[in-house]
Amino acid sequence: MLTTNPFAALVVPVPPAFLQAYVVLMIALVVVGTLFDIIHKGNAKYFFNDWRKAKTKRTRKIGGGEIASSVLKSAVVDVLMSGEFCNSRRRIAHLLTMYGFLIYLITTVIMIFRYDNPAVPTPRLLPMLWTVGALMICVGGYWFWFFIRVDVTAEGNSRFRVVRADLFVLSLLANATTALIWAYTQFAGYAVLANVFLGLYVIATTVLFGSIPWSKFAHMFFKPAAALQKRLELASGQWRNLPAAADKPATFGRASTQPRHF
Amino acid sequence: MPTFVYMTSCDGCGHCVDICPSDIMHIDTTYRRAYNIEPNMCWECYACVKACPQQAIDCRGYADFAPLGHSVRVLREAGKGTISWKIKFRDGREKNFVSPIRTTPWGSIKSPSDYEEPRHEALQNQELAHEPEALKVEKLPALKRSPVKQAIV
Repeated sequence: MLTTNPFAALVVPVPPAFLQAYVVLMIALVVVGTLFDIIHKGNAKYFFNDWRKAKTKRTRKIGGGEIASSVLKSAVVDVLMSGEFCNSRRRIAHLLTMYGFLIYLITTVIMIFRYDNPAVPTPRLLPMLWTVGALMICVGGYWFWFFIRVDVTAEGNSRFRVVRADLFVLSLLANATTALIWAYTQFAGYAVLANVFLGLYVIATTVLFGSIPWSKFAHMFFKPAAALQKRLELASGQWRNLPAAADKPATFGRASTQPRHF
Repeated sequence: MPTFVYMTSCDGCGHCVDICPSDIMHIDTTYRRAYNIEPNMCWECYACVKACPQQAIDCRGYADFAPLGHSVRVLREAGKGTISWKIKFRDGREKNFVSPIRTTPWGSIKSPSDYEEPRHEALQNQELAHEPEALKVEKLPALKRSPVKQAIV
């Protein structure tokens, strides 16, 4: 299973052009969904208004070097290392899901467009990476959904309660899970089960990419921009009208002496 | 001044939900971000403001200084052990305060579960659990019954 391209060995023969057209349709749904999200929620309008407001309030002008350093820090720390998370468990779960999704997505596209029929042998690494990516999504996603997300057991709610905020993570998990089961059943020769899970896989994929206006899928485009804006505002001495950093007085945190600055 | 959440800064970590003594900080079911479900019931203890690692929680000012561009912003710096407050009035005046996050060392206060379980007879006592030792006093002050007012009491 680990070395077989599941898209090239479909039980029901599907023309490669059909699979490729489906992927193109999903990409179009992402683009349209994200644009609709931007217009409907007014994200971009809010973002640029905030940007302008911050510009008028800044206490110092930042140079090109500082902008470049902020861009680099945002890219490396906030985006590649999910640095904005304050909870380390959530950060690890996010890293697993994020990199798992990227690996899984890229290998899917390569296998569908480049190695679309059994006549062209697929490099063994691609299906392996595809499986590892899907497994990473499952580990990070189920860990998050069952154990890390807040407002569940502490609020007296069932661990299995589903709300709209779960649309993205659950459709992603359904996608990765059905993909893995489909690949396994197809490899093991369970033709009927393979067809059932292929159908579920297609439904989960369509929900994942088609539900963007209602889910938080588009955060992968908005969040890096917001993280960069925060870094630039911090560098210009003004972030959301927050007070300046406090200088640590000698008496802080001591039981023996009462602080003198109340 | 009850608290509210800037949903664009909140990352839904749930620290405020855990710490709120009034249980009014909840996570929105659509966006998975925190919000104050009932500002009227806010104790204004600002535990959530101080606990928020993203500086996403703010105080909604009262009407005498709230309208027209007021703000109450809080910066928590756990490394320094400080909470800085910036109060901006609607006439443009600004006041800045710095307070410690706490005045005793971290971990120095026993949690309720660290105390011995109260006995059943304690229900007959007017003192609350672990009093007066937990209040670090020998005895709680009590009013003396006045002979004149005895009939009333």
